[in-house]
Amino acid sequence: MDGFLDLAPLLAILASAVAAVVVPITGEKRRNLRETWTVLAAVVKFTLIAMMIPGVLAGERYGMDLLEIAPGISLSLRVDPAGLLFATSASFLWILTSFYAFGYMRGANEAKQSRFFSMLAACLSATIGLCFSGNILTFVIFYEILSVATYPLVIHSGSKKAYEIGRQYLIYALTAGIALVAGLAAIYAVTGTLDFQPGGFLDADMGMGFLWMVFLLFALGFGVKAGVMPLQSWLPNAMIAPTPVSALLHAVAVVKAGVFGFVRLVGYIFGPELFGEMGAATFLAIFAAITILVASLIAITKDDLKARLAYSTVGHLSYIVLGIAILAPQAMLGAAFHMITHAAMKITLFFCAGAIYVHTGKKKVSQLDGIGRQMPLTMAAFGVGAVGLAGVPLVGGFVSKWYLGVGALDAGLPIYLWVFLLSGLLNAAYLVPIVTRAFLRSSPDHTRVDEASLLMVIPISITMLFALLLGIHPDGVFRFFSLAEAIVASVTGVTFTGGM
Amino acid sequence: MSQLPALIPTSLILAGLLSLLVGLRSLRAGHLIALTGTAAAFLLSVVGLVEVTSSGQPIRYAVGGWIPPIGIEFVLDHLAAYMTTLVTGIGTLVLIYAPRSIRHESPGKSALTYPSMALLVAGLAGMSITGDLFNLYVFLEIAALAAYALLATGDRAGPFATLRYLLIGAVGGGFYLLGVGFIYFSVGSVNMADVAARLPELVESRSVITGAVLMVLGLALKMGLFPLHFWMPDVYTNAPSSSAGLIAPIMTKVSAYAIVRLMLDVFPPAYFTEAIPIAATIGWVSAAGILFGSIIAIGQQDYRRMLAYSSVGQIAYVGLGIGLANPIGLIGGLLHIVNHALMKGLLFLIGGAIRWRTGLVRIPDMVGLGRKMPWTMYAFVIAVLAMVGIPPTAGFFSKVYLMIGAVQADAWVWFAVIILSSLLSAIYFFRMVEFVFRDVENESDAADDSATGGVTARELEGAVAGEVPPSMFIPIAILSAAVILVGVFNFLIVRALLEPAVAPLLGG
Repeated sequence: MDGFLDLAPLLAILASAVAAVVVPITGEKRRNLRETWTVLAAVVKFTLIAMMIPGVLAGERYGMDLLEIAPGISLSLRVDPAGLLFATSASFLWILTSFYAFGYMRGANEAKQSRFFSMLAACLSATIGLCFSGNILTFVIFYEILSVATYPLVIHSGSKKAYEIGRQYLIYALTAGIALVAGLAAIYAVTGTLDFQPGGFLDADMGMGFLWMVFLLFALGFGVKAGVMPLQSWLPNAMIAPTPVSALLHAVAVVKAGVFGFVRLVGYIFGPELFGEMGAATFLAIFAAITILVASLIAITKDDLKARLAYSTVGHLSYIVLGIAILAPQAMLGAAFHMITHAAMKITLFFCAGAIYVHTGKKKVSQLDGIGRQMPLTMAAFGVGAVGLAGVPLVGGFVSKWYLGVGALDAGLPIYLWVFLLSGLLNAAYLVPIVTRAFLRSSPDHTRVDEASLLMVIPISITMLFALLLGIHPDGVFRFFSLAEAIVASVTGVTFTGGM
Repeated sequence: MSQLPALIPTSLILAGLLSLLVGLRSLRAGHLIALTGTAAAFLLSVVGLVEVTSSGQPIRYAVGGWIPPIGIEFVLDHLAAYMTTLVTGIGTLVLIYAPRSIRHESPGKSALTYPSMALLVAGLAGMSITGDLFNLYVFLEIAALAAYALLATGDRAGPFATLRYLLIGAVGGGFYLLGVGFIYFSVGSVNMADVAARLPELVESRSVITGAVLMVLGLALKMGLFPLHFWMPDVYTNAPSSSAGLIAPIMTKVSAYAIVRLMLDVFPPAYFTEAIPIAATIGWVSAAGILFGSIIAIGQQDYRRMLAYSSVGQIAYVGLGIGLANPIGLIGGLLHIVNHALMKGLLFLIGGAIRWRTGLVRIPDMVGLGRKMPWTMYAFVIAVLAMVGIPPTAGFFSKVYLMIGAVQADAWVWFAVIILSSLLSAIYFFRMVEFVFRDVENESDAADDSATGGVTARELEGAVAGEVPPSMFIPIAILSAAVILVGVFNFLIVRALLEPAVAPLLGG
C-alpha cells in the first residue's frame, strides 16, 4: 500500500493531465462523453489525494524523485501536510466545480467548451503539482505552467476587452514567474540546494542584502498571484472569465497557489525565525494589513457582484498572508485553516453569482431586489457564505479568524487583531446587504420559486454545507484542522494539545 | 570506428557534389542524394556521440595518414559530437522540409539549393569536428559560400542583402585567418592540441594576444554578435523560408562554438578571463545585444524580421555564457545553442508553412490562422513558450543555468538583463499568439488564398487536414517534440556532454 501511495502524487497530477488531452480529442459533438472524462479525472484525482491523508497525519511523507533536471536537483514530488491541505481542498472543489461548470457552460451557451474544460484540467494538474513539489525548481515549473494554462480561460470570451485583460494577466503572471526563477537561481548559486525544509534552510550568514533580494524576488513572484496590494489589479479584471473559472481558479486554485507560495517561503525556505529576524515579516505584514482594509473598502463601492467578490477575495487572501507574517503558531494555524474556510465560502458565493447570471442574466447587486423569492436555495447559500466571511460563529470563517486573532495577540501585535475585527465589519457591510436585499425587498421580476439547473444548485448546496461543517466540526471534513496543526508543528515545533 | 570523424564531413561533401551533378539531370534525385548524405552524416554523428560518451575518450583521426601536428587532425570529442549531431540533425529535417517550400517560394531556382544545403552542413560539421585552426577556416569558408548561394535565391532584395553579408563574412573570415597567422608565427603550429601544449610559455607574447583577439573578432562577426549583427535582419527576411530555417538555427551557433573551443581547449585556462578580458567583453556586448535584439523585435511587423532580431538577442545568450566563464554559466550558454537552434528552426519552418498555405509574412495579417491551420499553430505555441522560457520547454533551463552562473559570478547586471529580456520576448511573441488565435472579425472568411499569394486549391490536396503537406509538417512536429523533450531531459545532455566539455574551466 505504501509503495502505491508513493506513486499517488504523480498519478494525481497525471489524472487531470490526461483529461486535458482527452477532452478536446473527444470534442463538442460527444459532449456527454467529454464531460465523463472530466468527472472521472476529478474523482480519481481526489480519491488518490484523500487516500494519503491518514498516512501523512501519521508522519509519512509519500513521494518520489522522478528524474534529475538540473545538477543535484530532481523533479521531486513530496507530500507534506501543507501541500496535502491545499491539494485536498482544490481537488475536492474541482469535482463540484466540474458539475457546476457543465450547468453553467450549457446554460450560458458558451463557445469553445472543449478548450475550456481541457485548460481547467490542465490548471488543476499544475495546482496539484505545485502542492506536492519537493523543491523550489519543481514548484516554479508547475507555477509557470499554471500561469500559462490560465491564460486561455481568461480570454475565453474572445472579446477585445478579454484580450486586453489577457495581456495584462500575462504581463503580471510572467513577471511573477521570472522573479521566482531569479530567486531560485540566487538561492541555488549560494546554497547548492533547493529542497523545501520544514523550518527553512537559509541562514543569516548569507548576508542581509542577499536575503532581502531573495525575499523581494519571491514576494513579487507570490504576491502577484496572492493579490497583495499593489500587485492585485489583474485579479478583479480576470473576472471576465466564465464564473466557474472565477470560482475555482480565482478564488481557490490560482490565487491560493500564491498564498501557498508564501507558506513555503516563510515556513520552508526562510524559516519563521530568520524571516522575523531580518524584518521581512513586518514588511510583509504591513502590506497585507493595508490590502485587507483597502480591498474591503473598495468592495463596498462595487455594484458588479463578481467585482465585489473579487475584491473580497483580494482582502481574504491577505488574511492568510498576514497570518503567516505574524509568525505566531496560532496565527499560522489560523492562516492555514483560512485557506480552506475561505475556499469553501468564496466558492459558494461565486457559484451563486454565476447561477444568478445564467438564470436571470443579472450581474449587478442593485438588480437583486427580491431575488431570494425566486432562488431561495441559492440565496440561502449566499447568506451562509456572507455571514461566514464576516466571521459569524458556526460557519468556518469564525474558526480561522479566531486563531488569526489569538495569534496576533500572542505575538504582541494587537493592531492586527483590530485589522481583523474591522475588516470583519467591512465584510458584513458589503455582503450582508445583498442577502437582506434579496429576501426583504420585493420586485415584480421575482415572484415565484424558480431555481437554476440542478447541475448548479446541488454543487452550491454542497459547498454551503462544507462551509457550515468547517464551522461546526472543523476536523470533521477531510481532517483539515489536523492537517493545519501538522503544518504548524512541522514548521515551528509547537504542537497543540486537544485541538478543537 | 576511428574513421568516424572523417566520415561525417566526407559523406556530406560527397553528397553535396553528387547532388549537384545529378541535380542537373533530375532535381528529385539530386534532392534525394543530398538528403541521404545528410541523414547518413546524422546517423554517424549519433554513433559517434554514443561512442564518445560511453568511452569518455575523444575519437581522433589523422587526415591522409599524416601524423599531427604536421597533418590535419579531426577530433570528435564531447563538444564536437554535440555540435555535429545538432547540425546534421537540423540539416536532415530541413532537407525533408525544403522541396515543397522552395517550389512554392522560389520556383526554378532549386537546382543549387540541395547541394548548397549539404555543403553548408558539411562546412559546419567540419568546423565542429576539426582539430586544426587553419582547417577550421577552410570549413568556415565552405559553409559561408554555401550560405551565400542559399540566401541569394530569395526574394527580390535577397541578392543585395546577401552581397552585404558576403562582404561582412569575408571580413570576418579574413580577421580569423589573420589571427591564425599570428598564432602560427609565434607558436609554429596550427594543430589545436599542439598549440594548446605550447601556448602556456608564450602567454605574454604580443603576437599571441593579437592573434587571439583577431580570431575572436572574426568569429564574433560571423556569429552576428551585437553590434556586428547588422547583416542579419535583411538576410533572414529575404531568404527562402527553408534556407533561413537552416542557416538561422545553426550557422551563427557554430561560430559561437568555435569561440568556446578556443577558450576551453586552445588557450590556457583563464587566458580569456585574466590575461586579456575577451570573455568579459563578449559578455557585456552580449548583454547589450540581448536587450537591443529584444527591443527592436517588438516593433517588427514582418514575421521573419522579428525572428531575425530575436536571433540577435538569442545568440547573445550564448555569448553571455562565454562571458560568465564559470561552468554552470557556460553550460547554460552551450545548452542554449541546441535550445535556440530547435526553437528558431521551428519558428522559421512554421513561417514557411504559413507562407506556403496563405502567402502571409506580415504579423498583423495573420489574424485567424489558428482556425486555418490549427496544428501548425499549436506547434507555434510550443515554440513561443520555449522562446519565452516557460517550463518544461528547453528555453527555461538554459535561462536557469545562465542565471545561476550570473549569481555565482556576481554579475548582477547580466542577471537583470536575463530577467528583462524574458519579459521582452514574451511581449513580442505573445502578441503574435494573440493574433493567430483571435477570430477574424467582420471579414468574410473567404480571405482568398490565391489572392494573398498562397497555394492554389489543387496544390492543397494531400496536405495534412488542410494544413501543409506531410513533408513540411513532419519536421515541424519533430522539432516541437524535441523542444519539449530536450527541456525535460536537458540534464542528460548536461551530464553526458556538457559537463565533460566545460571540465577545463574546473581545472583552474
